[in-house]
Order: sequence, then C-alpha cells, then structure tokens
Amino acid sequence: MLKDITLGQFFPGDSIIHRLDPRTKLVMLVVYIVALFVATSWISYGVMLAFLLGCILISRIPGKSIVRGMKPMVIILVFTAVLNVFMTQGETVWLRFWIVTITKEGCIRALFMVVRILMLVTGTFLLTYTTSPIALTDGLESLLSPLKKIRMPVHELSMMMCIALRFIPTLIEETDKIMSAQKARGADLESGNLLQKVKALVPILVPLFVSAFRRADELATAMECRCYHGGDGRTKMKLLRYSRLDLEAYCVGVILLAGVICLAVFGL
Amino acid sequence: MSEAIRVDHLNYAYPGVEDTPGVAVFTDLSLTVEEGSFVAILGSNGCGKSTLAKYFNSILLPCGGKVYVCGMDTSEDDLLLKIRRNVGMVFQNPDNQIVANVVEEDVAFGPENLGIASPEIRRRVDQALQQVGMYEFRKHAPHLLSGGQKQRIAIAGIIAMEPKCIVLDEPTAMLDPRGRREVMETVLKLNREKGITVVLITHHMDEAAKAQRVVVLHKGDVVADGTPEAVFSQVELLHKIGLAAPETVELCYALRENGFDLPLDRLDIEGCAQVLHDAVRT
Amino acid sequence: MAPILQIKELSHVYSAGTPFQHTALDGVSFSVERGEFIGIIGHTGSGKSTLMQHLNGLLKPTAGSIALDGVDIWANKKVTRQARFRVGLVFQYPEYQLFEETVYKDIAFGPKNMGLDHKEVDRRVREAAQFVGLTEAQLEVSPFDLSGGQKRRVAIAGVIAMEPEVLILDEPTAGLDPVGREEILENIQAYRRAKNATIMMVSHSMSDVARLTQRLLVMNGSKLAMDGTPEQVFARADELVEMGLDIPEITSVFLRLKQMGLPVEPVYTIEQAVAVLKALKEGKRHA
Repeated sequence: MLKDITLGQFFPGDSIIHRLDPRTKLVMLVVYIVALFVATSWISYGVMLAFLLGCILISRIPGKSIVRGMKPMVIILVFTAVLNVFMTQGETVWLRFWIVTITKEGCIRALFMVVRILMLVTGTFLLTYTTSPIALTDGLESLLSPLKKIRMPVHELSMMMCIALRFIPTLIEETDKIMSAQKARGADLESGNLLQKVKALVPILVPLFVSAFRRADELATAMECRCYHGGDGRTKMKLLRYSRLDLEAYCVGVILLAGVICLAVFGL
Repeated sequence: MSEAIRVDHLNYAYPGVEDTPGVAVFTDLSLTVEEGSFVAILGSNGCGKSTLAKYFNSILLPCGGKVYVCGMDTSEDDLLLKIRRNVGMVFQNPDNQIVANVVEEDVAFGPENLGIASPEIRRRVDQALQQVGMYEFRKHAPHLLSGGQKQRIAIAGIIAMEPKCIVLDEPTAMLDPRGRREVMETVLKLNREKGITVVLITHHMDEAAKAQRVVVLHKGDVVADGTPEAVFSQVELLHKIGLAAPETVELCYALRENGFDLPLDRLDIEGCAQVLHDAVRT
Repeated sequence: MAPILQIKELSHVYSAGTPFQHTALDGVSFSVERGEFIGIIGHTGSGKSTLMQHLNGLLKPTAGSIALDGVDIWANKKVTRQARFRVGLVFQYPEYQLFEETVYKDIAFGPKNMGLDHKEVDRRVREAAQFVGLTEAQLEVSPFDLSGGQKRRVAIAGVIAMEPEVLILDEPTAGLDPVGREEILENIQAYRRAKNATIMMVSHSMSDVARLTQRLLVMNGSKLAMDGTPEQVFARADELVEMGLDIPEITSVFLRLKQMGLPVEPVYTIEQAVAVLKALKEGKRHA
C-alpha cells in the first residue's frame, strides 16, 4: 500500500543520535556527504561504511525500515549502474558484442557509484528518521538565519517545509482513497498504452488537487486563528542549545573528514 | 456578567461574481454571548452558522454593523492578535488544522506565535495536553491518532493560548460516536472547570442539548433562543426549518399527536422515561 | 437461489511481514440475501472499511473467500472486474472524488468504464440522476459549483448508474443536516425498491440503521461481533456501549421503562414506541 512509504518519516526515540542538536546533525550530514565524495578508495569507503553502520546501530532505527525506504531508489540505482557499466572506457575487457563493451573498470565504477548513492541516501534517511521535521526545519532556519540579512525568506521557507512534511502522509492516504474510489467505478489504472495510462490519471489527480487546495485554504485559516503572523516576534518552545554531546559529534565529524582526506592524499 | 461576544446589527453578503448581485447571508443579526456560558448555535446546512463563526475572531469583517469580542471591536487592525488570542477556533476537519508532525509541537504553535518565553510555553503545552487527556500522546505523530484524539489535540492547541472563549465549528461532524463523546466531554469540562466561554456550532441536537443556551439560526436570522428545554419544545418550528428535536422530545411530540398529555422539555433519558411512566400509569 | 453474497472465514492482514503488520479482519463469515437492507456498525478501526473493500474485489483476502452469486470473485480476472460493477461501493465523503467538467460526465464515468454503448450510458445517467433528485439542468453544470449535499448525491448517482445488484455505502449521510440526511436515505430506498437491489450501509447513526434496516452486522476488533435483527442487536445494549457504540435514545428510554416495572420490550423507532405505549394505555383503560 502507498501508506507504507516511509520517505521523510520520523521515528521517535531517545538515542544519542536522536538527542543531538538538529544543527549538529545537519552539519554532520554535509560533512558526511563531502567525505563521501572525497573518498575514492575501497579503504576510505570501508571507513565511511563503518561510520554509517555505527550511527545506525546507535540510533536503533530498524534496518528493515531503511531498506524499505530504498525501494523508490531502485530505478535510479539501476540507471546509474547501467550508465557506468556501458559508458566507462577501460582496458580489461570482459565482454564485447555488437557495439557494447563491458570492461572490468566499468563494472568496478558502477559498483562504486551504486554504493556511493546508497550510502548517501542512507545517511540522509538517518537524519530524517531521527530528527522530527520541526526540529529539522528549526535547525535549518537557525543555520540559514544569517541569510535573513540579505532578505532571504528563511522563516517562510522552513515553515513551508514543515507543513509539506506534515501533509505528506495525509495526502498519500488521500491518494490511496481516491484511487480505491475510482477503481470502484471501474477505472483501469494498470492496462493500456502510455497515453491511456496518463489519461487514466486524470480521475485521480483532479480530486487530489482540489482536495489539496481545500486543505491549504482551511489550514491557512486555522493558522491565522492561532495568531500566526510570520516569523517576527515568534518564540520557540524548544530552544536549540548545543550540549557536550554536540561538541563530541563535531569532533567525530572533523576526524572523519580529516581521515578520509588523508587517505585520499596518500592515494589509499 | 460581562459579554464575551457581542454581534450588533451584522450585515454581510457574499460578494457577487462579475455583474451578478451578491448573496445576502446576514441582513440584521444581533446576538450576545455571556462570559463563561456555553452556547450552542444550531442550524441546517447553509444557514450561515459557519460564516458567523468567522466574525468572532476577525477572519471576516462585517459589511455593516459591528462585532465585539471581550469589548474589542473586531474591525480594528491593531487589536487583531489580541482578539485571536482571546477567541480560539476549532474547525470541522481535524487534519486541516494540525500544523506540526509531533503532538506537543503542534500544541506549542499558538503560544509560539504569541512570542511567549520558552519555559512558559512548555508549561502551557503540558497543562493543555493534560486538560484534554492527551498528555501521554505528546510525542506521537498526529496522523496516526483517531479523529477524536486529533480533535482534542486541536482543542489543546487553542487552550494553550489561554483564551477566554472557544468557538467550535462542527467539531464532531467527521467523528464516530466514541470520538464525539470524547470531544463533548472535553469541551464541557473546559467550560465547567476553567470557566472558558464555549460557542458550539453544530447540527447534532443531542450535543446542543448539553449547552446552557441554544440559538437557532435560519437564513441568517435568529429564530429561537433560550434554554435547550425552551428551544427544543418548539418542535413544529424546528421541523419547518429542516431540523429535528432530540429523539426523546420527538417521541413525546408523536405521543401528544396520539392523545397523550406530555411535556416537550424532557431532553434526557431519565426525564423522558419518568414522564412516560407516569402517563401510562394514570 | 444462492445468496447474492457469501463471505467465508474472511481475513485480511495489512503490511504483512513488516513492523506495521496489522490484522484488520479476522475470520468473518456471513451471507447476504437478495434485496436485504443491512446496516453495518462499529467504531473507526473496527474493520468495517476493510470488509467493504473486499466485497467488490478492491482488496484481496489474505484468507477466506467471497462468492458473488455462487462464484468466487477472485476466480479469474473477468469475474473480478465484473464484481466491481455488480457490487457498487460508495466511499465516505464521496463528493471528494468528483473530477469531470459536468455532472453528466461524472455520472457517466462508471457506465463508460463498463464498456456500454452511448445510448445505454445516456439512459443510465439520466435514470441515476432521477434517483438522487438531480434536475436535467443540473446535469450540465460543473459538479464543483454545487452545494455539499448536491455533490454527495452526484457521487452516489455515479455508482448507482452502474446499476449494481449490491449497493454498499460508507456513512452516506456524514456531515449533513437532518433534511439532507433524510433525502439521501430516501434516494437509497428508491433505488432499492426500483431494482430490488441489496443495500449494505455503514452508519454511526443508530436511529437511522434501526429505522431502515432489517439486519445489523456489528464489527468489533476485526471480528464480526453480532449479526441479527435490530431487536436482537439493540437488546445487547451494554455490549454495544462497551464497543464505543451508541444505542438509539428510544431504546434507552424503553430499557429504563422496563426497569421501572412497565411491561415493555425494547423498541428502536418512534412509530413502534408510540404503538406500544398507546396499546399499554388503552389496555389500562379497559382493565
């Protein structure tokens, strides 16, 4: 069922990772991604993987949930793999027929890219699974707040993100319901050629959009009724405050990045 | 006793599209709600009851006449925030009024907008959640809760602003009997224990029967106003405008047509059974 | 003749094998005769919606079977698709699935999917519109310009136009005022009378189901908790309240009267109550 999609879903918990300041986690994610792109050897990948698995273990997020969240990524992964296998020039040819050449280098590169994407996505999941969307947007807002000086609507953007995240499950459920209702009237969503399939989406998309607009309208009224008037003069229940834990996390981040850079410099 | 809400000769028409004239919703409506009271506003679909609610906290502004909330004129821009923190609104669809992904963060949304200091917000959020009996759910994701629970979260989000008055616009229309009971019990408790003025807009007769005062709206006009007993005994009037009385009254009414001599003001099971018992025995 | 629907040991488990695994239906069995009007009651999450979506093949049972007119609806693809049309399902708040430019086109969506010819589609659309009290002029307007109650009726007409032998409705009167509720219930009964159709209606209004139906199914905790006439079901008032359900106020009044020593059995409609009390009083006078 559509409801099972876990993208952007938060798993409440009380692990060390959960307790980190969202800003720390965001910066750590950036550090992690940079490190991932600096890492070019299997050894440095091994280090990164150990770090990632360590984080997952500490966070106590069930591995199954992460694997399930990967499902929508399969197409991108396959595409990346195929592209790399066929497009990479190399010396050790494993297979050659017609205009296609498969080389050892190509296969290695493909594997490399797939692992990189997998680790990238898993890292991002770890952030969204362990951080409530509100904490996440608070963190982003706080990190980006210097941009307010150049008139970037930082608060508005984070509010929008927060609401979008809040309504993803609601709209997914709604889509599910509309699909069932139209199927009950004999709508055929599976068969037919591409054009027919696109046409079959109209009975789903029109009600979905109508409903989304209605919800947006009602939500806007409800927010106004609760005295929402933009970011000016707004306070927070949970103030972001760095603790010792965050300092330690930053240290780990610096060590990780430095380690991976060293490995890259020494060409390992 | 002072007035929580005063509507003075309210006049409003939906703006017409292009050349067509607008549709009049209220021509000359006056109504006051006493502080600390529990008033139910009853009416069929399209009688203007939901539109009326939107005047109580400046979502709509009168074309003619005035609406005062706790003595403040709702058409004054400077008072907007003060009015809205004093009159909280709860709407029909619980899904479309919950902003945040975690229960307690949502309840904190209102106080945060008011610029209240963080420890005080924490205190208010915990207190509000306890009052609606949802404290143990404070870390949950709202979309996984039942309709009645979601609606109680929405109420907590309002009382965390510590308003003098709560306006609920058909809060139980989308709930099952259990959810309806939960919401009604919460609302009654807030009125009784905290002295919060409650305006409940509904078309469920049994809910209106729990109020201290019932106002019946029809085509933008007040057609009946009084205690539930006084209003619901006007069965013919209610039928004429597309409403019904609670079943106990409808039963007594039907029996009267059949030659029984019964009062029409028994809204509860016990009272109704008592008069029926006496009527059959004699 | 075989029952129109026969449900045997029906079970359904959502998200089997994941941490979200959840049994929504557990060994439900019952059968439905042609022309019956059945009420389904139960609180949110009791399995009602899951049950309904099995009856027209939208959901596939994890275990058990559903036979329509003696044929398993999952026998082959063609039978499954036919079941969609022979068992019409009106979801909760059906007005939110309207999508066409005109009311006519929206009602025609179902019949067109059945592959009927133009003339037959036209006849069915007009007939369905009549059942729900829509005028010819209203057929040509956009469904989004109608009032809430009218939209609801258009959506119901969209299912009626498929002329299902079994019409299932999930809370068709939710959110409507007393007059709106009455109109929709009238429409449903008109369809039942005209086509000798079987109706199954989910409702939270105990007085509605008490008044209209001949049989009640009570769902609780994924199981079929009760199956019987309204008399039989409402006589078990305490159990119903425990399940988070109401009983009609009239029934409560009569249960109280019985406690007070009057020789009455619980009734559930105003008409029955009047008749019983009248007889009682007249009996007294003659005695």
